[in-house]
Amino acid sequence: MADDIIIIGAGQAAAQAVQSLRAEGFTGPIKLIGDEPYAPYQRPPLSKKYLAGEIGYDRVELKAQDFYADAGVETLWRTRVTEIDRREKRILTGDGREFPYGKLLIATGSRVREINVPGFDLDGVHYLRNIADVEAIQAHFKSGAKMVVVGGGYIGLEVAAVAVKRGIDVTVLETADRVMARVVDPIVSHFYERVHRAEGVKIETGVTVSGFEGTDKVTAVTSGEGKSFPCDFVVVGIGILPNTELAMEAGLTVENGIVVDEFCRTSDPDICAAGDCTSHPNGVYGRSLRLESVHNAIEQGKTAAATLAGKEKPYNQVPWFWSDQYDLKLQIVGLSAGYDQAVVRGDPEAGRSFAVFYLKDGVLIAVDAVNRAPEFMMAKILTQKQAVLDPKRIADETIPVKEIAG
Amino acid sequence: MAKVTYIEHDGKEHTIDVANGLTLMEAAVKNAVPGIDGDCGGACACATCMVYVPEEWLAKLPEIETMEETMLDFCERREDNSRLSCQIVASDAIDGIRLQMPESQH
Repeated sequence: MADDIIIIGAGQAAAQAVQSLRAEGFTGPIKLIGDEPYAPYQRPPLSKKYLAGEIGYDRVELKAQDFYADAGVETLWRTRVTEIDRREKRILTGDGREFPYGKLLIATGSRVREINVPGFDLDGVHYLRNIADVEAIQAHFKSGAKMVVVGGGYIGLEVAAVAVKRGIDVTVLETADRVMARVVDPIVSHFYERVHRAEGVKIETGVTVSGFEGTDKVTAVTSGEGKSFPCDFVVVGIGILPNTELAMEAGLTVENGIVVDEFCRTSDPDICAAGDCTSHPNGVYGRSLRLESVHNAIEQGKTAAATLAGKEKPYNQVPWFWSDQYDLKLQIVGLSAGYDQAVVRGDPEAGRSFAVFYLKDGVLIAVDAVNRAPEFMMAKILTQKQAVLDPKRIADETIPVKEIAG
Repeated sequence: MAKVTYIEHDGKEHTIDVANGLTLMEAAVKNAVPGIDGDCGGACACATCMVYVPEEWLAKLPEIETMEETMLDFCERREDNSRLSCQIVASDAIDGIRLQMPESQH
């Protein structure tokens, strides 16, 4: 019987798993299968420094060129896995090949949510998920060009920040009544709207896109409210969806992500899953989470590798995220959903540095820190501890951050 | 180019030729050097790439900026010669540098 470990997907979780499998002492064959033409690379810079042209492929590539060969890993790029056959313990690929496995790691990540309105397939309508997407967007980067961004979330706002600096006329359209409504308090949303407007970005909230106009190439975005926004190109950033189809078709349990336990085990003991595609238990929050983050991909990559190598390293951490826009470094610890009190430290109305602490029944559950690294680092410690905080001490800047918990 | 030697806590050495412009954290992660995690990919947001720099090399590095200082301040194993390797960019000037790694980044 094959003792091969096959990893489906070649993103951040997969690259981490390869490294960790060898570090954990697994010496058997490893196959790494990805459908892009590239070895695993970092996605976060794609909407930031990579889009801005400040860094190239060599800086986003996760591992050195010869890392995989040196680690004895067989790599198959441009290869799509089409089926997991659990009965025969093999996988099938789009080019008609089949490979037996001993154990499997599903690290298929996520894909962009597509917009389903008339004109969606016109030239000039783009998404941003991979290197090819960025290259297509960069081709439009000429000073004075008009760009409409559909969606005022992280991706849309990061793209807007890069583009406006390149002299592009940028309009962001957001369905909700404020940007980043899904993830932050109105205080933070309004701060970002203020900064973007000051930098020259037009932000229109409460706008639902109803279609794209143009004969073969997009020339305008129309809204259900009857407005029209002329443009030369569009970037759509309206969220991502987990790639769970392979797992679902193979009969694994899928509920808003491939269901795994704290050891990254799926409902099949020979199959683990890691990264964006999973739904996993989180003890700190007492519920299942599906996360879209590098931290989660790295940590689950480590945990899955340990499990596959016959060890147990449970994953139970407070998630964290970041977003770079202009000179603003937004660092987020935890998940603020369900908070009953938002306490501000610093002044979001003026300047560019403050933090918002989210409490639920007095317990710190999350922090959004804008250019506030000390608050971010302290929040990592306090959220993991589920610390009870006094709102007065949080807001009082005469008390050093390290003493905020008393 | 800079020849960089990363020394694990147990004394095991890894020497890598690092192209100018790459950070010493990136080079370590790309080459799977154990002991440098670099969880944030160089955004100076995680403090999991701390290293100890011998005195003779410390003076050749640019000064610590506010962000790095803040992150270091939260590192449990910080010493006077601690730096974050994500903030050290390879150049001919540091060819031959040796970095000692902590027992753990957490």
